[in-house]
Amino acid sequence: MSYQVNEKGYYGEFGGAYIPEMLYPNVEELRSQYLEIMKEESFQEEFKQLLKDYVGRPTPLYFAERFSKKYNTKVYLKREDLCHTGAHKVNNTIGQILMARRLGKTRIIAETGAGQHGVATATVCALMGMECIVYMGAIDIERQAPNVARMKMLGATVIPALSGSRTLKDATNEAIRDWINNPVDTHYIIGSVVGPHPYPDMVAKFQSVISEEIKTQLLEKEGRENPDYVVACVGGGSNAAGIYYHYLDKPEVGIIAVEAAGKGVFTGESAATSALGKEGIIHGSKTLLMQTEDGQITEPYSISAGLDYPGIGPMHANLFRTGRAEFISITDDDAMKAGLELSNLEGIIPAIETSHALAIFETRKFNEDDVVVINLSGRGDKDLNTYIEYFNL
Amino acid sequence: MNRINQKLQEDKKLLSIYFTAGYPNLGDTVSIIQDLEKNGVDMIEIGLPFSDPLADGPTIQESSTKAIRNGMTTHKLFEQLQGIRDTVSIPLLIMGYFNPILQYGVQEFCEKCQEIGIDGLIIPDLPVDVYNEKYKTIFEAHGLNNVFLITPQTSVERINFIDSVSNGFIYMVSSASVTGSSTGFSNDTREYFKRISEMKLKNPQVIGFGISDSESFQQATKFAKGAIIGSAFIKHLTNKGTSKIAEFVKNIR
Repeated sequence: MSYQVNEKGYYGEFGGAYIPEMLYPNVEELRSQYLEIMKEESFQEEFKQLLKDYVGRPTPLYFAERFSKKYNTKVYLKREDLCHTGAHKVNNTIGQILMARRLGKTRIIAETGAGQHGVATATVCALMGMECIVYMGAIDIERQAPNVARMKMLGATVIPALSGSRTLKDATNEAIRDWINNPVDTHYIIGSVVGPHPYPDMVAKFQSVISEEIKTQLLEKEGRENPDYVVACVGGGSNAAGIYYHYLDKPEVGIIAVEAAGKGVFTGESAATSALGKEGIIHGSKTLLMQTEDGQITEPYSISAGLDYPGIGPMHANLFRTGRAEFISITDDDAMKAGLELSNLEGIIPAIETSHALAIFETRKFNEDDVVVINLSGRGDKDLNTYIEYFNL
Repeated sequence: MNRINQKLQEDKKLLSIYFTAGYPNLGDTVSIIQDLEKNGVDMIEIGLPFSDPLADGPTIQESSTKAIRNGMTTHKLFEQLQGIRDTVSIPLLIMGYFNPILQYGVQEFCEKCQEIGIDGLIIPDLPVDVYNEKYKTIFEAHGLNNVFLITPQTSVERINFIDSVSNGFIYMVSSASVTGSSTGFSNDTREYFKRISEMKLKNPQVIGFGISDSESFQQATKFAKGAIIGSAFIKHLTNKGTSKIAEFVKNIR
């Protein structure tokens, strides 16, 4: 059995494309062409060139010596925080904008929560000279002013999502509606491994460069391609999909997914989808999602804006259901502490999303000779205000 | 025979109205249905509200948010509709998104629909291939017509497939848009109406999205068996309340 997507767009029982007919032509156009386009030599060349010269790849695989010593195991950090725009998100937007051009699209739309994916999309649109419209929840626009300013500087139009709970899930709804209204000239750059097939697979493939690089880098440092564990935080799950990708079907590599427990899994203010979610449909995909008994999608909570999505990608839902991955949830407080600790021990200020992954070492023990690779998915600059308020800096 | 199929055989253009159950007030569902029938509406789509209605514009989304806040749930709706067939004889469909139905249980949902006397379902985000593979036999065993949408972008091949799987009417979306976004039809839209009507499909077509008044109703039904009005009716309820339904229907016909 493989943990990769099957030919029908499912990971086990999760995935598929539960979309209104109005979206069918757009999604079908993409589905029928994405694999072939990605295989084209010219596509691969252009993608790799941009990742190298523009994004700054390969990102280092850094042995965190002092952090390792503290937890008595071998911890490597995959430095996605060093990517242009400050996080792994740009790997996907570069790939998708090249895809959009080959599909003859001239207009780009995207959703964003905290603004990281919006910035990464606005960046590649500026690079390619394409029109860019970013939907962002009205509440998030207030909370994330610097990223809104970045998008504007990059030439994007930021449209507030005023419907529903006015956050990420509603921004996603608005982007989907825009796509329904503009079915011919527009490509929708989804920012995570969510949405209807082929998005979860396409985004995972663009992010898979992360684990591809780790294989080579680890061989150099440890004499083997496979670590004992790969660890990542999961909101929708794109950085996790990237670091898991080439290890999914290698049972000797343990997979650890870290979700945001918010104020505690059972406090009613949490984003731990695997613990609180039930199977259902969100944004065109069958997956685990947080919902009422009646099937209304609920609003999650986390101190980290990048983790408060009410669902997880179908790949991750399958990893959870089958037991292939170990799911751990980390509270706001423990994540904040871990962020501060990495800053002190290694001189790296992580994004709060990433801090959740770093926090597992307090409770999850590893052997001394275990090689544990953590995806350091983003840098903490965007979270400085939250850190300042939390620690009274 | 299913009430929808009977109605489709009548020699007239059908006026169908959509409204969101539980809006403007939780208890309005039954009286709205009764009033619509009394005033000559041919068919009703009862909207089961959903928190994230992807195919709908702001009017229906807002009415759904309000209805959910009012306390509308799938259980509540079924409770309200219990006994509806004592007073209402026109076809009734439930229109809703797939997740609430999935949570209720598809089998149980269909059983309940049959018990109440619901004639059909419109579930925009249940794709035709998944329906065909997994749910068609359940729906049909409970006498439910499942209605699929087509749009100006739907290919001829797919329209034929949808026609072969359908057993009532085909919901023809007037333009590439969410609900409630346009009024009046362009030449392109009329061309599309004509093109579809000339395909001589087995299932009659009923046009929806962008029908808001007498003029758009007349234009749409030149090419199709009927037309559906949703957002415009919701707006009317918002502005005039539930006591002026007769006025709304009279202005359409």
